[in-house]
Amino acid sequence: MTKVLMKGNEAVGAAAIAAGCHYFFGYPITPQSEVPEYMSRELPKVGGSYVQAESEVAAINMVYGASGSGARVMTSSSSPGIALKQEGISYCAGAELPCVIVDMMRGGPGLGTIQPAQGDYFLATRGGGNGDYRLIVLAPADVQELVDLVMEGFDLADIYRTPVMILGDGMIGQMMEPVEFKYQQRTDLPEKDWATRGKGKGKQKNIINSLYLEAEELEKHNHHLQAKYAEIREKEKKVEVYNIEDADIVITAYGTTSRIAKTAIAKLEKEGYKVGMIRPISLYPFPNEAYEKINDNCKGVLTVEMSTGQMIDDVKLSLNGRIPTYFHGRSGGMVPGPEEIVEKVKEILGGGK
Amino acid sequence: MLKDNRIRIIIGHYGSGKTEFSVNYAVKLAEEGKKVALADLDVVNLYFRSREKAEILEAMGIRVIGGAIKGSGVDLPAITGEVLTPLQDKSYEAILDVGGNPQGARTLGRYHSYFTEGEYDMFFVLNANRPETATAEQAIEYIVKIQDVARAKVTGIINNTHLLKSTTVEDVMKGYKLAKEVSKETGLPIKYNVCLETLVDKLPEEIGDNVFPIKLYMREEWML
Repeated sequence: MTKVLMKGNEAVGAAAIAAGCHYFFGYPITPQSEVPEYMSRELPKVGGSYVQAESEVAAINMVYGASGSGARVMTSSSSPGIALKQEGISYCAGAELPCVIVDMMRGGPGLGTIQPAQGDYFLATRGGGNGDYRLIVLAPADVQELVDLVMEGFDLADIYRTPVMILGDGMIGQMMEPVEFKYQQRTDLPEKDWATRGKGKGKQKNIINSLYLEAEELEKHNHHLQAKYAEIREKEKKVEVYNIEDADIVITAYGTTSRIAKTAIAKLEKEGYKVGMIRPISLYPFPNEAYEKINDNCKGVLTVEMSTGQMIDDVKLSLNGRIPTYFHGRSGGMVPGPEEIVEKVKEILGGGK
Repeated sequence: MLKDNRIRIIIGHYGSGKTEFSVNYAVKLAEEGKKVALADLDVVNLYFRSREKAEILEAMGIRVIGGAIKGSGVDLPAITGEVLTPLQDKSYEAILDVGGNPQGARTLGRYHSYFTEGEYDMFFVLNANRPETATAEQAIEYIVKIQDVARAKVTGIINNTHLLKSTTVEDVMKGYKLAKEVSKETGLPIKYNVCLETLVDKLPEEIGDNVFPIKLYMREEWML
């Protein structure tokens, strides 16, 4: 297939439909409104259903219902709307319902602004809702990767019976880039024999629920969930690594910020600096082993985020004090430029190459 | 080049490249020493609008007209009365950079009385690499729908077929072929074939002499 030019938000919709998602429930909010707009136009063409819910809370509960019946289903929003969905997301995690949730992050806290940000890292990776649960969190850096991760996200959700969050930002959602739809569906997808599709005569009925009336049973369920998350940590880490064996400094960033960091690295290399890069693609599970492989002579690890410092906590946990850590962040919808990252690196290295 | 009517309205499918074309057009007019005003009428989408480049453009002497309410995060369909200045003051060469799709063209309704024949041009920006304007039939549907909302006739086609920084000669020629089809069906002339400056010398002769070389003002260094 030849490449076409798509806006990130449109590409989310196209990728979901290509992955067999025929149900979308959502509510408009800048900068992701093109996702529901695209789905409202395109889903009827494939026999699917689009519902603009009365609120984000309603939308995520519609996702719960559709997923419980075994359908591939998606919702999307931007930061404040994702905050509203947290209760339903926790219910989906508790009831083990596969679904894909897209967050095109914008500046916060509160209503914040419509410009890009990365301030939902904690919300996404720590579980923004109640209880002991985790989401698989995938962070694309360009529109092609967004397409690939949305499609893979549906597979991962089905394999692990868990909600998957695609954590983009307004820039990824709004940016126009060439894409192709080449992701091959995984062949190890399990049967959804747990779904409530009508039980048929004599069969055990399926129940979709996150309420437990016995504490012992809920604890057992929690252990089951934790075992699942351990398997996800073992098998599903995704990371891009560059030149960490030799680097004097390693920059780590995800999503849009990683691209700006790469431009900064190219500039620094021209000036003779040895700079490595770690770009987590899965934020949960966090690719901690990559940080363990940074050479011992490395003088620092610089985390760059469009936030006041969130992923840096996972970086510190991964490094366990072995290498000094530094931070450069912009927030409120401000996007860092390559030059300010270059300056920060020079400041850390004290002019020594 | 640029011998178009004084008021140029740039319309098209969402994401076809209207803003990049408008900005480049404004710069070329300014380089010819003209008094130029670029009015950003995009109230559909708040990312990648021409007003983001106001500082660079104003340094070139271009008057950039944005929203009525200042603030990059203002998500309101507010257009300033200042748009009337270049429409009424005939010393201006005016460019109206309109939002995408028929929805975006709704802002034009208010200026209907200024769009008299011979006074304005309305250019449909066509990108064959956008899935929704990949065929002549689809493109013509957009032309008809936008014309209806704008209450003004399209006067020319801009072939702006590209894949951003990875655009090839093949992309431009694919768009040229599509633009010819649309032109044949509608009778509208192909006004310009837009092409990255760096590719201009590689274009085959058949494309003719209306090649419009552009720089990518709207793409940051780190973008594709």
